[in-house]
Amino acid sequence: MQLEQTIRAELAQPGKDILLMTHIVLGYPSLAVNRQVIKQMVANGVELIEMQIPFSEPMADGPTIVRANQEALEAGTTVKECLAFAAEMAREHDTTFLFMTYFNILYRYGVEAFFRKAKEIGIKGFIIPDLPPEEEEEFWQLARQYEIPPILIYAPTSTAQRMQELAASAEGFIYCVARKGVTGKQTDFDASFADYMARCRRSTTLPLAVGFGISCREDITFLTGHADIGVIGTATINLVDAQGPEAVGPFIAGLR
Amino acid sequence: MQKPGYYGKWGGAYIPEVLYETFKDLNAAFAAAKADPTFWQEFVDLMATYSCRPTPLTHAANLSRDFGGAQIFVKREDLNHTGAHKANNVMGQGLLVKRMGKTRVIAETGAGQHGVATATMAAKFGLECTIYMGEEDVRRQRPNVFWMEKLGATVVTVTSGSKTLKDAINEAFRDWVSRMDDTHYVMGTVCGPHPFPEMVAWFQSIIGIEARAQISKQFGKLPSRVYACVGGGSNAMGIFQGFLDEPQVELIGVEAGGHGLDSGRHAARLASQDASPGVAQGYHTMFLQNQEGQMMDTYSVAAGLDYVGVSPILTDLWEQGRVRFEAATDKEVMAALELTMKREGIIPALESSHAFVQAYKEAPHMQPDEALIINMSGRGDKDIFTIAQAFNDPSWKDFIITKGAEYAA
Repeated sequence: MQLEQTIRAELAQPGKDILLMTHIVLGYPSLAVNRQVIKQMVANGVELIEMQIPFSEPMADGPTIVRANQEALEAGTTVKECLAFAAEMAREHDTTFLFMTYFNILYRYGVEAFFRKAKEIGIKGFIIPDLPPEEEEEFWQLARQYEIPPILIYAPTSTAQRMQELAASAEGFIYCVARKGVTGKQTDFDASFADYMARCRRSTTLPLAVGFGISCREDITFLTGHADIGVIGTATINLVDAQGPEAVGPFIAGLR
Repeated sequence: MQKPGYYGKWGGAYIPEVLYETFKDLNAAFAAAKADPTFWQEFVDLMATYSCRPTPLTHAANLSRDFGGAQIFVKREDLNHTGAHKANNVMGQGLLVKRMGKTRVIAETGAGQHGVATATMAAKFGLECTIYMGEEDVRRQRPNVFWMEKLGATVVTVTSGSKTLKDAINEAFRDWVSRMDDTHYVMGTVCGPHPFPEMVAWFQSIIGIEARAQISKQFGKLPSRVYACVGGGSNAMGIFQGFLDEPQVELIGVEAGGHGLDSGRHAARLASQDASPGVAQGYHTMFLQNQEGQMMDTYSVAAGLDYVGVSPILTDLWEQGRVRFEAATDKEVMAALELTMKREGIIPALESSHAFVQAYKEAPHMQPDEALIINMSGRGDKDIFTIAQAFNDPSWKDFIITKGAEYAA
């Protein structure tokens, strides 16, 4: 419940019509650069940051994030280092941090041990794209026990019935994937998108985040009113690659 | 009660939400086909007229005599159209695609056999076809790439990860999540999320059904042992299903020992101590991975066995002690291949040769009134470049150099 309340409190502030959630692939290009990027994100008002622990088989990600995962691992990034880094970030910044990763990372660490560690660090939610609510009963029970909300995902292919099923296991907020496909490709924000968002809204009382292909101020402006949180993923990775970490601050500041 | 899609604690469907409805539809279509006896008959008829089913069971009389032990029988999946057991699964899924009304198929391929089989199916059924293949495999299996393209398929070279089969599977999934409405993913092996392990095993069971009838007819009784190579495990599951309910028939899966199990350069999941339970590529099984759950690079001379995971059904049968797992090294594979060619005049694929290795080790210790069956999953012709190089054949080298000069001119 805590995560939802934090989001609601932020949204209640005057002039805040939409929150921003950004994405970091830990260890790409390095933890040192991650540190600089996060600092700029926080300084420019990002409310939530999802930190992706790299995995060798990032099935649901697109080319940019796949490459970032791979290069982070090739540079020797370990889960242990990611956890230590996350602890440091959560200590330093008064921002909501979430973990995004694939289930195997938790499974190999020990699912309960991972929850315990995340709780100790101060992580506020998990996004595990390859873990539907039908699998791993223990995970869903531990999420309640440790009060770390599992963020569930809606897709444009989800029926109203499925959305309601998912809402029953969801807490914190719902991550609405804006379109079919993998991360990082352009999304057309058109009338059918508005219909989809209305469908999402009808199926849950939780706040809605929208991600996949959001890259500029126009996208955020369009989302305002439809969604509570706009997710910036691949765009900042591309930006850091092209212009370095200093470019992130002005980019975030210009989004809303 | 066991959840569907689970084999002991293995299996499952760890899929991104965007594919939920696609899997629901696929499960429904598959369940309907499985319950419809005319579907299986249509499949058997198609395999009899388009492929070469039933494939023969050959008595390797010379080798049986040489070893002086068990009677060696070889199930000739190499005689299928496109040269491997892969055709069984692909044609079956093709019939299912027609029922579902989809117009495009995608597939991953390691050795290229599954890719070629999928491309032929797509050509025959008038479907658009894209095949994902790791860069490493494209390099070592060029002739299959050539055939896929000539059959009208688009071959996409996968450069992410270790550039082999597992990476091709990831890319195929990435395609599917973008285009599930008109596209079916023809998974090539008994791995991945439910219902694929069950579905592929069902189509491949045609091997075991035939083999059981053939050995009873030709030898008068059941074999003592059945050998099959195991990459993902589809040919093994195919033949094993004919004998699973006969506890006196020992089932042996042979994995890729590469440079040896101690070398770290192999792809043996169940025959080595190096694998551990994990969840990746949509299912729960034993993976070759590091302590933190990152998949390791695997190695084998045989591209089709070079894979980090293994069928959840086989992992369960291994855990139950029903299937024994062994590994064959590259070196042993070349020796068994050479022997089989010289003494029996048949050319097994590098993958299949792994099964021959283990059978040849055990045959001499068995009695002449016992039989063993080796599942020859595919033919070796496709491996001519790899095999010629492994034999370091001088006249082949001359031929390539001359041909290269001709093209360069």
